[in-house]
Amino acid sequence: MDLSYSKEDLAFRDEVRAFLAEHLPEEISSAVRAGGELTKAMMEEWHAILNTRGWLATIWPKEFGGPGWSPVQKHIFEEECCRAYAPRIVPFGLNMLGPVLIKFGSKDQQDHYLPRILDGTDWWCQGYSEPGAGSDLASLKTKAERNGDEWVINGQKTWTTLGQHADWIFCLCRTDPDAKKQEGISFILVDMATPGIEVRPIKLIEGGHEVNEVFFTDVRVPIGNLVGEENKGWTIAKFLLTHERTGIAGVGFSMQALEEVKAIARKTMRGGKPLIEDPLFAARIAQAEIDLEAMKITNLRMLFKAQEQGAPGPETSLLKIKGTVINQELKDLARRALGPAAAPFPGHVTEGNLMFGPADTEHNAARYFNNRKTSIFGGSNEIQRNIVTKTMLEL
Amino acid sequence: MDFNLTEDRQMLADTLGRFLGEQYPVEHRIKVAYDAPYHDPALWDQLVELGALYALAPEDAGGMGGSGFDISVVFEALGKALCPEPVLGSLMASRLLAAAGADQDALLTGATKYAVGITEIDAPYELDQIATVATAKGDGFTLSGRKSTVYGGQVADVVLVAAKHGDGLGVFAANASDANVTGYGMMDGGGAAEVLLDDTPATLVLADAKAALQDAVNAGIIALCAEAVGAMEVTHATTVDYLKQRKQFGIPIGKFQVLQHRAVDMLTEIEQARSITIKAAAELGGADASKYASMAKNMIGRAARLVAEESIQMHGGIAMTWEYSVSHYAKRLIMLDAQLGDTDYHLSQVMKGYAA
Repeated sequence: MDLSYSKEDLAFRDEVRAFLAEHLPEEISSAVRAGGELTKAMMEEWHAILNTRGWLATIWPKEFGGPGWSPVQKHIFEEECCRAYAPRIVPFGLNMLGPVLIKFGSKDQQDHYLPRILDGTDWWCQGYSEPGAGSDLASLKTKAERNGDEWVINGQKTWTTLGQHADWIFCLCRTDPDAKKQEGISFILVDMATPGIEVRPIKLIEGGHEVNEVFFTDVRVPIGNLVGEENKGWTIAKFLLTHERTGIAGVGFSMQALEEVKAIARKTMRGGKPLIEDPLFAARIAQAEIDLEAMKITNLRMLFKAQEQGAPGPETSLLKIKGTVINQELKDLARRALGPAAAPFPGHVTEGNLMFGPADTEHNAARYFNNRKTSIFGGSNEIQRNIVTKTMLEL
Repeated sequence: MDFNLTEDRQMLADTLGRFLGEQYPVEHRIKVAYDAPYHDPALWDQLVELGALYALAPEDAGGMGGSGFDISVVFEALGKALCPEPVLGSLMASRLLAAAGADQDALLTGATKYAVGITEIDAPYELDQIATVATAKGDGFTLSGRKSTVYGGQVADVVLVAAKHGDGLGVFAANASDANVTGYGMMDGGGAAEVLLDDTPATLVLADAKAALQDAVNAGIIALCAEAVGAMEVTHATTVDYLKQRKQFGIPIGKFQVLQHRAVDMLTEIEQARSITIKAAAELGGADASKYASMAKNMIGRAARLVAEESIQMHGGIAMTWEYSVSHYAKRLIMLDAQLGDTDYHLSQVMKGYAA
């Protein structure tokens, strides 16, 4: 048993740290720190900076343009990015479609799409969930019918994150209505500029716009946009969901959140003293910190196991469940620490009308509410428990 | 022993419930609550005409109620409708004016809108940390300091300000037009204001006002607790309804035992929350009023968080949307924790009682 990083890992960490210090634009990290929505331009700029260094597609194999990192190196990279308040990588092209094309795509598809993901030509979004197919994804109804050398797609996708920026969408479509639920689904790539596609924004609980509904009416795309075999899309969907687990525990983001809570609690006053000296509140912070310390090691243990086995196992569900709960608790503590100062609607806080000035407080309540999504999306925590029940407990 | 409402209060509850149900559907509420002036002035007038404010003041102050149960009836109805009208400020101002024996006709008729400025940046919950100071000047006083998150302050004509006065606390009336008032909308809808006072002229309403301020806070806590109980019941009912309607894996999700049990746990906590609110309402004005108000606010804080978070989680994505009512109920349930003392503050108040 040895919890320390190897000499190589430490050197790698220093290299990442130095790179971030030099290349992460101050304007972008302060936007991340402030917690509001990032602009498309900011996200693209950051992708371009990482791409120039060859560190953008961190989970792709080297021959396709990945950096060839070990799971521990990927972890170090993610942790350092959080430490520096770098933006999250927009995952749809890089962490979702990329690995799918590498595993299931044709040579032509790989040659065409992968470089465009890397250089930012194509912004991808995900067409999975539907109004009637959330936790029960396999009940999806969006239809793709063969018509000559085209697919004709009709239906509706929802919760399409950042679809408002997207050039392309990868969709799960029903291609055999008579087959059993999980069979008869295909994985199809669709140009968002195709006639018949309509994107409608969904306003979220805190007022932000990050998800959308996408409607398909007689949308025609070439037959060649099918990835893998026809009616075998569910295999791809499952493969993709395991890749969606990279960094699923959100340890780095929780470390950020913990520091924020402490910073706020040092500044806010209760009973004439800083809140952090209040035993009740300090106990709450301490409990969250203990949970997070354990989660760091749990996360590393599972990474280590994945490294030995070559693939993440069902225990990543545990990371998602506990990781999201810890993060949500920290967001709750930040809101509590601010007390009445968290009351204003984001954007209503102007210089001079609230306690610490705009940057510190503006988004805290909003982030608490927005973050309730993390225990719902990517397979809700209830679905994760079902997975563990079946695969690990065999109940 | 009788846990039924008196006939009068039941009538008030029914009248308010009907009015709000018809005039203040949640779609309308969402429309008015987030844009200036963060409430609906026309509906405010109608609410006042229905006598909602009279129910909050005792007869010797010109009202028709004023007990803990009158307050809880009004605010439970407001909570069910998620009503963003600035009634809390009226209630707390009415308590202060009543304690001073001051005329409050203008408040009760709605002619003058009152807000109460107690909270400060470094004194979010505690009366004894208030730093705003009153100075005698000529026949009157001037106030200097800053009052934070003054609920309803964005539309108030008069702000009753708690300020240091000699060795104690006094309550002073300042015209909003004489102060530097910045109104804003809140995360959960409705409005508040930052009130900057800089040698702002004011009149003394009540000297040695600590007890009266504590009573106004206690009354406000009962109002918030009753509001939360109303909002929790609607949220729970909406959630249970959704469990029956929403199908996944070929059956209503309400057939899954893990969700059934959690819906039951929510119900248990709501019943507990209602009970402690009843207890606090019964004690209002008595020697133990503050203790039970603190117990109620602590329990409401815990129950409201559970109901808000579980309702969102059990709905899934739909309750994360602006369009769906539960998201707005959840915001209200969470944000009211920071009004008049949060869960931890009131827990510590209860703990302080053990030392005595």
